[in-house]
Amino acid sequence: MGSYVPTSPAEREEMLRSIGVPTVEALYDNVPSEMLLSRPLNLPEGLSELEVANKVSAIAEKNIVFKTVLRGAGAYRHHIPSIVKSVVNKEQLVTAYTPYQAEISQGILQSIFEYQTMICSLTGMDVSNASVYDGATAAAESVAMCIERKKTKAYISATVNPAYLDVVKTYCYGSGVPLTIIPEKNGVTDPEALKAALAGDSACFISQQPNFYGMMEDAAALGEITHGAGAKYVMICNPISLGICKTPAEYGADVAVGEGQPLGMPIAFGGPYLGFMAAKSQMARKLPGRIVGQTVDKEGKRGFVLTLQAREQHIRREKASSNICSNQALCALTAAVYLSAMGQKGLAQAATLCTSKAHYFAQQLCAIPGVEMVHEGEYFHEFVTTLPKTEEVLAELESEGILGGYPTEKGVLWCVTEVVTKAELDRAAAIVKEVLAR
Amino acid sequence: MKLVFERGLEGQFQKIMPECDVPVYEGSDAFKREGKLNLPHLSENELSRHYTEIAKRVHGVNDGFYPLGSCTMKYNPKINEDMAALTGFTGIHPLQPTYSVQGCLEALKVTEEYLAEIAGMDAVTLQPAAGAHGEFTGLLLIKKYLESIGAAERKKIIVPDSAHGTNPASAVMCGFEIVNIPSGEDGCVDLEALKKAVGPDTAGLMLTNPNTVGVFDKNILQITEIVHEAGGLCYYDGANLNAVMGVVRPGDMGFDCIHINLHKTFSTPHGGGGPGSGPVGCKAFLAKYLPGIRVAELEEGLVAGTAEETMGNVKAFGGNFLVVIKAMTYIMTLGREGIPEASKNAVLNANYMMSRLKDLYTMAYDVTCMHEFVMTLDKLHKETGISALDIAKGLLDNGIHPPTMYFPLIVHEALMIEPTETESKESIDAAVEVFRNLYHMAYENPEALHEAPTKTPVRRLDEVRAARTPILKYDFNA
Repeated sequence: MGSYVPTSPAEREEMLRSIGVPTVEALYDNVPSEMLLSRPLNLPEGLSELEVANKVSAIAEKNIVFKTVLRGAGAYRHHIPSIVKSVVNKEQLVTAYTPYQAEISQGILQSIFEYQTMICSLTGMDVSNASVYDGATAAAESVAMCIERKKTKAYISATVNPAYLDVVKTYCYGSGVPLTIIPEKNGVTDPEALKAALAGDSACFISQQPNFYGMMEDAAALGEITHGAGAKYVMICNPISLGICKTPAEYGADVAVGEGQPLGMPIAFGGPYLGFMAAKSQMARKLPGRIVGQTVDKEGKRGFVLTLQAREQHIRREKASSNICSNQALCALTAAVYLSAMGQKGLAQAATLCTSKAHYFAQQLCAIPGVEMVHEGEYFHEFVTTLPKTEEVLAELESEGILGGYPTEKGVLWCVTEVVTKAELDRAAAIVKEVLAR
Repeated sequence: MKLVFERGLEGQFQKIMPECDVPVYEGSDAFKREGKLNLPHLSENELSRHYTEIAKRVHGVNDGFYPLGSCTMKYNPKINEDMAALTGFTGIHPLQPTYSVQGCLEALKVTEEYLAEIAGMDAVTLQPAAGAHGEFTGLLLIKKYLESIGAAERKKIIVPDSAHGTNPASAVMCGFEIVNIPSGEDGCVDLEALKKAVGPDTAGLMLTNPNTVGVFDKNILQITEIVHEAGGLCYYDGANLNAVMGVVRPGDMGFDCIHINLHKTFSTPHGGGGPGSGPVGCKAFLAKYLPGIRVAELEEGLVAGTAEETMGNVKAFGGNFLVVIKAMTYIMTLGREGIPEASKNAVLNANYMMSRLKDLYTMAYDVTCMHEFVMTLDKLHKETGISALDIAKGLLDNGIHPPTMYFPLIVHEALMIEPTETESKESIDAAVEVFRNLYHMAYENPEALHEAPTKTPVRRLDEVRAARTPILKYDFNA
C-alpha cells in the first residue's frame, strides 16, 4: 500500500512514551467502545504509485476525447497558452492555503489583487471579489447582494443558461426569495414581459450576454426597464466576448458575474471552473467572499491583505453576506495568467476568431437544405439551428471524432471557438450534408 | 515587487492566436466595446519571471511546517496531480453523451462509494465545491425532508458557540434561524443546554466531532439521540474527519448527513484558497433529495440521472471534478489499511507535539486530543504582553506557518495546532524547539517579538488602513 506517513515504528514508540500511553489506540479512549469500527473499512487494498497510475489511467481511457468540439452551453474549449499551465503548476501556488498570514502570502494576495483588477478591466466594474465556485453560483450569489428590506423579489430571464437557472432556483429556495422567470421572444428576453413583471418590491433582474442561445440581448433596454422599477440589474457575461463586446458597465449593469472557465481552464467534465463577481463601488460591501486590498507595512512598503472582512462568515457568522470560505483561488490565478499572456490584443483576437468562425460555420450549415437559423439577430459564438435527423447527424459526427452541437428543445445549439480550424468546420458541414442527403 | 501592470511595454504582446482563416465577422457597432481594455502587456519571459517572483513570496506546504488547525495541511501527493491532468479527464465536455463519459461516471461512482464507506453513510453527492457549499447542500436536504414530512415549521438549527463560522452562515442561507448553545467547561456539548434548546421548532444540530477544541465528544450518542428524540436531524461538519477515518464513523455516531472536505482529509491541494470540494453524504432516507449527477449501473453501462425529488443543483454540472479525481487517487493509494493509518498518525503527531509543549504553554483543555489541540496564551499575554498574534508572527521568521489564531472563539488567545500525519518526528521536534524558544523570548525580550516578523518580504501590514480607505484594484491612470 502507498503511505505518506514518514515516521518509523521506532519513532512512534518514542512518541507514545513521550505522551505516556502504551498504544495509538489508547488515544481514542474517549470514543465509546460500542461505536468503534470493529472491522476493516470496505475499501480496496492500497496500491503502489505505478499500480494506481495504471488503474486511474484505465478509467480515463474509458472516456472519449473528441478531437473537434462544436458544443458549448456553459463549457468552452479554448486554447490554453503553455505559460498558463506552467505557472499554475508551481508547487507553492498549488499547495498554499487561503492567505490568512499576509506577510508570507504576499504572492497569493498580489495575484488576487491583479486578478481583481483584470476582472474590473474586463467588465468595466469598480470592484471584484476573489472568486466564487462557478458562473452558476456567481449568478445565485448576486441575488442576495440585491435583496433589501423592501426589495425582496428576484427575476431572471428564461434565456439564461438552464444549468445556472437551476442553481439560482436552489439558492432562492434556500433563502425563501420568490423568483420569477421572464419569458423569451425570438431567442431574447421579452422586454414587455419584463416591464409588466417588475414592481416596487423587485430587488433584481438577471440576464445573460450573450445568452444561452448565443444571442446578444438588448441589454441597455433591459437595464433601463430594470432601473425604472428601482431594481438592480445583474448581467452574466462571457469573459472572452468582453475582448470586443460592450461591457456590463457600458450597459448600465450594477453587478457583473460570469463563468471564468474560458480563461485558461480545461472543460474537465464540469470543474473546477471559476465564478467571477464584480460590482459598482456602492455595492462593494455586499460582495460575498474574499476581497484583497492594498495597504502598507510598518515601514511604508506596499503590501496586500484580505480586507472588508466584516462581511464574512468567520467574523459575522449568521449575519455574514454569504457562507463562502474556500473559493476557486487557483482558477482565479489561471484566469489572471491567461489574461496577462493574451493581453488586450490577444483577447480581442480570440473573441474575433470565435465570432467569425461561428458565423462562417452557421453559413455553411444553413446552406444545407433543411438546416435553418432558429433566431434572427446578433449572436457571438453560439447559435441555434434546426436539424432534421438530429440524433443520426450527431452520432455520425461523433463517429468522425466531432462532438456536434447541444440538442435543446429549440433546435441544436452550436458553438465554435478559435481552436476549431476552417478545415474542421468544412468537414463537419460536409458530414451534416451527407447524412441529410441520405 | 512590481505589479504585473507595472512591467513590460505598451504594445508588447505574445503571439498566441493565429490569423483568421475565415472571413472576419465585423458585427454591429451597437454591441462593440467602447472603453479601453486595460490588460498587461509583457513578453512571455517577463510574464514567467513575474509569477516566479510571486511564487517566491508564498509559503506552500512544500516550504515548511504548516500546522494550521482545522485546515489539515497535509502533503499533497504528486501522483494525484498527474492523474487529474490526464487528457481523458481534462478534455471531456460535461454535456457529452453518456456512452462517451463512462470513465467520468465510473470515477464519480467509485469515489462516492469510498466516501460513503468511510463516513458510514448510504449515499454521496460530489457536486458541492467546498466545505461551506456542502453545509448549504446538507442543510437544504434537511429542509426538503422536513417539508416532505409536513414539519416545515421546524426552523431552528442548533450550533455550539465553538462552531466554525460557516455553520451559522450556511444555516441562514437555507432560511433557518440559529440557536447558539454554550459549550461545557470541557469544550464539549453541554447536555443540559442542549436539552433546553431542543423542541418542536428544532430542525437540527450542526456539530464537528472531534470538535473544534480537538476533543472527541464522548457523549456523542446521547447528543444525537437528544436531537432525534426532539424530531430534529444531525449534521456532521466533516472538517475534522482526518482524526477518525477507519476508527469511528460519523454515520455510526448517529449523524444523518455530513460534508467532507476533500481538500483537507483527502490530500487535495488548497490552491491558495481553492478549489476545494465538499461532497455530501447522507443516510438512505435523505438520498432521494440529493443534487448533482446520480450514477446508476445498467446492463448497457453506467448512466447519469438525477435524484427523484432532488432539492435542485447547487452548481452547474457535476462538481469540481478534477479535485474528485485527486481524492479518488489518494484513497486508491492508501486503501483499507492506509486510510486508518493516516488518521491514527495524525492523532499521534498531535498528541506528541502537545506532550512536548505543555510544560510551558497552557493547553486550553489538558486532555488527550485528537488530530489537533488548542493552546491558550492568556497567561502569557497577561504576564508579558505577548499575544497569540505575536507568537504567530515570531513563527514566520522561523519558516513555520502559524497555527490557526483566535479560534475557536470560546478560547482566549487561542492557537490551534494541527501537525497532520505527513510531518516527520524530526520536523515536529524542530517546530517544538521554535515554539519553546519563542515562549522564553516572550519573557526575556518581548520587544523583539512585537517587532516580528523581520525576515519576511513585508513587515506587519496596516489592516485598518486597508479597510478604511479600500484600494481594491490597480489605478491605470495614476
